[in-house]
Amino acid sequence: MIRLEHVSKVFSDGTEAVKDLSLEIAEGEFCVFLGPSGCGKTTSLKMINRLIPITRGKIYINGVDTQKRNVNELRRDIGYAIQNIGLFPHLTVAQNISTVPMLKHWPRDRQHKRARELLDLVGMPPDTFMDRYPSELSGGQQQRVGVARCLGADPPILLMDEPFGAIDPITRHKLQEEFLKIQERLQKTIAFVTHDIDEAIKMGDTIALMRNGELIQYADPAALLAQPKDRFVRDFVGADRVLKGLRLLRARDVMRLPKLTIRLRESVSDAIQLLEARSRSWVPAIDDDGRFVGWIEREDLETSSSLTDALTPAVSTAAPRTPLNEALSMMLGSATGSVAVLDDDEHLVGLLSFGAIRDVLALDDESEDE
Amino acid sequence: MKRLIVPLLLAFALIGITAWMTSRGTVGIYRMPQWNEVLVATFQHFQLVLAAEGLAILIGVPIGFIVSRRALRWIGTPLMTLTNVGQTVPTLALLALTSIILGSGFRAAVVGLMIYALLPIVRNTYAGIQSVSPAVKEAAQGMGMSRWQVTTRVELPLARPVVIAGIRTSMVVNVGTAAVAGMIGGIGLGKLMTVGIAVSVTEMVIQGAAPAAALAILLDAILGLLEQWLTPRGLRKDGPPSSRRLGKPAQQPT
Repeated sequence: MIRLEHVSKVFSDGTEAVKDLSLEIAEGEFCVFLGPSGCGKTTSLKMINRLIPITRGKIYINGVDTQKRNVNELRRDIGYAIQNIGLFPHLTVAQNISTVPMLKHWPRDRQHKRARELLDLVGMPPDTFMDRYPSELSGGQQQRVGVARCLGADPPILLMDEPFGAIDPITRHKLQEEFLKIQERLQKTIAFVTHDIDEAIKMGDTIALMRNGELIQYADPAALLAQPKDRFVRDFVGADRVLKGLRLLRARDVMRLPKLTIRLRESVSDAIQLLEARSRSWVPAIDDDGRFVGWIEREDLETSSSLTDALTPAVSTAAPRTPLNEALSMMLGSATGSVAVLDDDEHLVGLLSFGAIRDVLALDDESEDE
Repeated sequence: MKRLIVPLLLAFALIGITAWMTSRGTVGIYRMPQWNEVLVATFQHFQLVLAAEGLAILIGVPIGFIVSRRALRWIGTPLMTLTNVGQTVPTLALLALTSIILGSGFRAAVVGLMIYALLPIVRNTYAGIQSVSPAVKEAAQGMGMSRWQVTTRVELPLARPVVIAGIRTSMVVNVGTAAVAGMIGGIGLGKLMTVGIAVSVTEMVIQGAAPAAALAILLDAILGLLEQWLTPRGLRKDGPPSSRRLGKPAQQPT
């Protein structure tokens, strides 16, 4: 647990980089410091491991004042990864990863075992990479080693300063996903700096949005998107914040239960009758085992001899855990404007429509007071 | 070992030339220095260079280190200036000065040469430490290395190739300057050349110059090997033998 209490930083030239910052990062929480460059986010991060001395205020880690600890021991208990990675070019990948274990005087074989473990964790086969040098790795591989290195001595807290900032978008996306998976398993307490709102929304449990050294809003991503506190926050998260918010929701949160389905073996006239009675233009079709097979549309029925003939197969289907932004893009490509949500056995468990999504997002409109 | 072929051939040629000159016996009315005299002079020359260089390394590397420390700037800057001045004073004047102060001879020559050899070492030590990427130093510090550990485990190993390159430069220059010192102090190969110039016997001048050149070439080659050998594997330009380069580190300003 990290607690900042009225922390300020005034540099020797008089600039006040951080002004009276107070916040708490709970144990196992992924907190993102977000803001434009020069907002004090990196300074705040570096005050936690005392790379930058605090001018005023206090920082506690698990209730202990960081000022009261030996600075080197403090840092050895905190994982640290930076944008420029800073791998030691004269040491092998294994030696780089073992930096903190070595500083902590772990026995050699334990260091070695740990390095192998961590390389596996970040998806780099140890046998191939242990003895390589940083200059022999690609940018993405170097950053993986950087992440492995900051996990070296299994610290409970990680500080990460734009660790995926200098990588191409595809690799960055992949590393973000992988890191989230790692975090799901390890449950570290993380302070993570970025200027990328998308990264913040994707990675953070909470987001601390800063401007000019001040904490403007500290909230979870959904709240930040749904209730931006002021104009600055709204501008920073962007005009497409509603779309960004979709990523935070999953199909199961929004889908409606299918009220009407039709079995493929039923007759065309039955189908027409059913659709007329409910004044619907389409209905999802299922086979004898209850598996979703596609859509029956009213206009196709006139010219078809059986429902199998009339069937429009679904181009894509969603799962309950599919993020809404992906589901929405499926909907835009679907003939009926709906997406079927299927469970693992391909049974229809719900339907997604524009109306359903709008109803969920309608909550936001209330905060849309200009 | 391939890189040794050319220097070795050159050195052999120069030794051959020396042998040829020595074998002349007499030129006109002058008796040429004999083999043993040439060998003693060469050895003296070598000693002079080695002693001066050794002192210059002992003094220059710490000065370079001090100059690179921001906290020690108050002493580092004057030291750097002093070193620069040492280099600006003409060789001959500097050596003349040291002989006046210390009396002509080996000691005066060593001190003069040492001052002259200092600058490349100081400057390269400073540049080598300065060239260590700030990100690497920040990472080292952020992971909990003490100042001493950052210096000994990160900065110095990374600066080492550059420091040795400086030593190599200063050593080669030193062999030449030592000839001048020899002229003044009457020791080493400089003595042979002085006599040769005085009596206008080209052969005698060559007899002193060729071994000096051979010495410079051999020392340079040896230090070149040392430089390569002491460069950490991850930094070698041709790369470690294990594999080829896959890409260069991504770097972007924040």
